[in-house]
Amino acid sequence: MESALDTGNTAWLLTSTALVLLMIPGLAFFYGGMVRQKSVLNMLMMVMGALFVVGVLWTFFGYGMAFGTDAAGVSDNNWIGNVSENIGLANLITDNPEASYPAMAFVAFQAMFACITVGLIAGAIADRARFGAWMVFAGIWATVVYFPVAHWVWASSGWIFKLGVIDFAGGTAVHINAGAAALALAIVLGRRVGWPKQPMKPHNLTLVMIGAGLLWFGWFGFNAGSALAANNASAVVFYNTFIATCAAALAWLLVEKLRDGHATSLGAASGVVAGLVAITPSCSAVTPIGAIIIGVIAGALCALAVGLKYLFKFDDSLDVVGVHLVGGIVGTLLIGFLATDAAPAAVNGLFYGGGLDQLGKQAIGAFAVLGYSLVAALIIGYAIKFTMGFRITEEQEITGIDLAEHAESAYEFGDSGGGGVFAGMGHGHSAARAEEN
Amino acid sequence: MKLITAIIKPFKLEDVKGALEAAGIHGLTVSEASGFGRQRGHTEVYRGAEYTVDLVPKVRIEVVVDDEDADRVVDAIVGAAQTGRIGDGKVWVSSVESVVRVRTGERGTDAL
Repeated sequence: MESALDTGNTAWLLTSTALVLLMIPGLAFFYGGMVRQKSVLNMLMMVMGALFVVGVLWTFFGYGMAFGTDAAGVSDNNWIGNVSENIGLANLITDNPEASYPAMAFVAFQAMFACITVGLIAGAIADRARFGAWMVFAGIWATVVYFPVAHWVWASSGWIFKLGVIDFAGGTAVHINAGAAALALAIVLGRRVGWPKQPMKPHNLTLVMIGAGLLWFGWFGFNAGSALAANNASAVVFYNTFIATCAAALAWLLVEKLRDGHATSLGAASGVVAGLVAITPSCSAVTPIGAIIIGVIAGALCALAVGLKYLFKFDDSLDVVGVHLVGGIVGTLLIGFLATDAAPAAVNGLFYGGGLDQLGKQAIGAFAVLGYSLVAALIIGYAIKFTMGFRITEEQEITGIDLAEHAESAYEFGDSGGGGVFAGMGHGHSAARAEEN
Repeated sequence: MKLITAIIKPFKLEDVKGALEAAGIHGLTVSEASGFGRQRGHTEVYRGAEYTVDLVPKVRIEVVVDDEDADRVVDAIVGAAQTGRIGDGKVWVSSVESVVRVRTGERGTDAL
């Protein structure tokens, strides 16, 4: 029998998968540049560590929990996928001539979403979390929260999906989900020593901008790849992803200029991410002008929302709540206003004569995920805190978590500009030292 | 002998170095420094949060000279480093008991 495989779709899905993978080091740089010099390696390691552990869990049972079906391709559970028939994924590696793309292409694509969602949370607990405790949290939160929520939102039998909630690429499942968990962990771990009185400036804004650029580039795979085909929908989504981001960055900069007097590079990078977050659920549902409106609202609201942590005194170090939770809610809810049936999702929101119906569904989806993730992350976080311990000691925190947790320091620059004269001094390799004795 | 220590604005380093060479000094030491004077620091804003930066970057220049050259060298530094705006820096002069050239073991003014 002739194979139904569509090479264009398959090639785009595999390419998109690699693009989403690149977002993970991109996120690591975006976050890494924002922390102080003494914590940058730990921040990179938390994001990359989430990738490693969630990738392995995805293979064993994560995919099954999120998207698993039985051998006949049927899944009828509102809450969770078929785990038992998908353990280890060996059932999915044989060629299925009826599929438009190979099952493993979809497995790989969705694996990246699970990994980056967990990585997003790390920004809330910069400078102070024990690496081992974070890795345990990453594995448990992915299992208890991400895998089931991905099923709710995207599997054909998931209850949020069946409700008719539009979440094209992860406003609820990725951003609200991670943002709520970030809020929980910021509460569980508590404030950093000296916060908010002591200055904790970003140590490398160039790195932040490189990270934002890589995120934007990879996000085309995240959103346009979620069409699971190389077609009109993927092209519309691609363009909406581009233009909402430009608009959001402009809006963020405008807020800064009016409020603080200067348009900053950190504001530009943050606006880019806020726009990408908000257009993620909505990119399939709106026109390009709709995308610009979503970008402007998200950029402005997130620029204001990052100040909330000072008001409520929680140390969400890198504003995961202000950008991802708020941006995710903005994008998810605005679908209810701006959706038009001319767009690929083919639904009308309030402004296109669709009434309040879609807005209500969007709100249920957004707040169900928010509530579940927040409560579950609080329970998991406190369980880790009171058993293995979640924080490094105050002394380690002041010295720097890179040294305490990884026995490394990020940069070997002599700051006298003396051509690195001091770089090799006082270091001595331990083997060489042993020889001297 | 006198040790002349000058704290100047970093962008004035080239001008000061040129003026010192013109004044005939034999060598100098430059290091990066940070601190504050009457200028105090400045304010930076990150995601809307204001940070006061107390210590501003400066360059420290150290020159050891013969007693009779000290005033001339100080004038050369001040002339080259001055912008007339706040934060131009300071120059001070202290007495030096002894100087040794490491290569030859020469001492005193011969070592300058």
